[in-house]
Amino acid sequence: MSAATSKDAPGVRVLSFSNKLSRWDLKISPYLYISPFFIMFAIVGLFPIAYTAVISFMDWDLVRNSGEFIGFDQYIWILQQPHFWTALRNTFSIFLLSTVPQLILAIFIAAMLDRNIRGKTFWRMGVLLPFVVAPVAVGLIFNVVFADNFGLVNGMLTDLGLDGIPWHKDPFWSHIAIATMVNYRWTGYNTLILLAAMQAVNREYYEAATVDGAGPLRQFTSITLPSLKPTLIFVIITSTIGGLQIFDEPRVFDQFGRGGAGQQWLTITLYLYDIGWGQWNFGRAAALAWILFIIILLIGLINLLITRTLVRDEGSRGIEKPRRLKKKKELAR
Amino acid sequence: MSFSRRKIAAAVAGAATFALVVSGCAADGGESSDDVTLTLATFNDFGYSDELLAQFTEETGIEVVHNKAATSNDARANYFQKLGKSGLADVEAVEIDWFTEAMQYADLLAPVPTDLQGRWLDWKEASATDSEGNLIAYGTDIGPQGVCYRADLFEAAGLPTDRAEVAALFDGDWDNFFSIGADYTAATGKPFIDSANSVLQGMVNQLDIAYEETDGTIVATENADIAAAYDAVVEKAVPISAYAGQWSEDWFASLSSGEFATMLCPGWMLGVISGNAPDVAGWDIADAFPGGGGNWGGSYLTVPANGANVEAAQQLAAWLTSPEVQMQAFANAGTFPSQVEALASDELAAATNEYFNDAPTGEILTSRAEAITVATFKGPQYFQFHDALQNAVTRVFDGLEDKDTSWNTWVTEVSAF
Repeated sequence: MSAATSKDAPGVRVLSFSNKLSRWDLKISPYLYISPFFIMFAIVGLFPIAYTAVISFMDWDLVRNSGEFIGFDQYIWILQQPHFWTALRNTFSIFLLSTVPQLILAIFIAAMLDRNIRGKTFWRMGVLLPFVVAPVAVGLIFNVVFADNFGLVNGMLTDLGLDGIPWHKDPFWSHIAIATMVNYRWTGYNTLILLAAMQAVNREYYEAATVDGAGPLRQFTSITLPSLKPTLIFVIITSTIGGLQIFDEPRVFDQFGRGGAGQQWLTITLYLYDIGWGQWNFGRAAALAWILFIIILLIGLINLLITRTLVRDEGSRGIEKPRRLKKKKELAR
Repeated sequence: MSFSRRKIAAAVAGAATFALVVSGCAADGGESSDDVTLTLATFNDFGYSDELLAQFTEETGIEVVHNKAATSNDARANYFQKLGKSGLADVEAVEIDWFTEAMQYADLLAPVPTDLQGRWLDWKEASATDSEGNLIAYGTDIGPQGVCYRADLFEAAGLPTDRAEVAALFDGDWDNFFSIGADYTAATGKPFIDSANSVLQGMVNQLDIAYEETDGTIVATENADIAAAYDAVVEKAVPISAYAGQWSEDWFASLSSGEFATMLCPGWMLGVISGNAPDVAGWDIADAFPGGGGNWGGSYLTVPANGANVEAAQQLAAWLTSPEVQMQAFANAGTFPSQVEALASDELAAATNEYFNDAPTGEILTSRAEAITVATFKGPQYFQFHDALQNAVTRVFDGLEDKDTSWNTWVTEVSAF
């Protein structure tokens, strides 16, 4: 009897342990499955961010891998540099010059591709083609186009008897040239995202609108555009982050890659690179990296606020159910 | 039950594999100790061909793996990221422009054996000697400068075309050079020299002190020589220059179409000209340089002290920079030797260049090397100061700012360093 009990007892214990195990399995497994991403993120994302913060408070010697704590000095130094403010102006200017025309063009092309046209896949792949070209290669191609004396554009202008455009002298024109490179690469990408969103719009709305006698333009402004808002917000946020971190295009815009003699096209990341890898001052570069991080965070917050108002205002149109919209909004974030 | 256990086991195994992969990345790069294989890292073209390195293997039995970076800037980034840690090649090439930055870490480099001292020109050795008197780098080439000119354009402008006559014409100070240029530009309406900043480079390379004193004191904005060089370049070189700086898309286009009549020519520039302007006839080189001799460029080999095979690496560096091997490199890539013995060799004296109207380039550049009397002291921040001053010249050239404003901008800029 006692032997039987003692024999049974571990059995019960094993069972309860496996019960626990299966409960843990249920609770822990999902986290384990997604853990590789977070482990990876901690190693290549979180750790560098934290390490950068540490370095930003130190006068850092890269070669000897040591530094001396100096507090906020380097942040103050950065904010006192006229180059920093020029870089900030340039970054925003290039960002606006690239994002605004790019989105307008992307919406237009997407609307065209959304129609019943022949060779759909061909055209859709066609708009994505520039995206495949490496940014540096884009830079090299456009350097031939935008050279001051022997460039393609200025060659044509002088043939017409006009003056050449000072691409590498005037800040505005250099921004136009760089924005053109950005637009060349990213318009197709945004077009495809917007096209996907357009195709998700219920076709019955269009049929109903046609029956009601609405023309293509009215249909576009009253059905297509409002339905695109959540996607547009996603596109705007991603291109904001990308635009504020613009580096490759201004880097290859001239032979030195330092933003021009008068800092005409010096962007924040270019300035960061120059401080870090040109002057080997990693402390200051780290401080600038954190300032850029904070700027992006602020812009992100502003975006979020605008987003909220836009989406709330859009919910009353009744084109999409609020629930579905909320989901999309979360996706967009 | 067992199913869920397997799942956990699988997840754990997965995580373990992942950890292995991650740690595996850091663990490679170990050296095999039996057969010594040396790595050599250079950039652009040092003239170290595979055949040349095979000779070393034949003599010593040591294999050499040669890695070439595309530009000196890439090599610089790599060098300072890995110096004092691990991952550098056994023998690393360093360019003169960032050599002083490397000199700050002289203690991390293996010194050159004392019996090799005296192999190189005095000034080449002097700039590679640290505060304790150790020579820490093996000189490879130097860049003595002459003046390259287009004989056809000179003829059209009524200037002499013969090499010796042109040398006599340019024999003088910079003002002499500028006035010839001004006459040329006035007569033809075309630019005389390729770029204003190469003139600045030429002038700064003739000063004893540029932006920093040898003891580290920064004198950039107070140095009257620098101010004078800036004034001269902005007032006299800018009006006769085709471009502000070299190496731009437009500059290359002008070079290949033959727009300008002269260029300041270190030995390595000859290859740049003949390579980019194969269809332009008339280039020649004169044995003269405004304001005395001048050196532009040249490199060193260094041996990081924490390498796995320091002794063998020193052997390789010494071999590569020996006068005989340097002469082979000169034949391969035109890198002009810095070794005293190589400079005196018959082979060098006999070297000619077909593209430059069969000019005796060996003889001319040797004579230019002898004319070099100063090695400009370039402190650790030389690169930054000089780059900012070049920007100042470019701003005037582009009409963004006038002479004084641009100078003041430079002063503000450099006081922030």
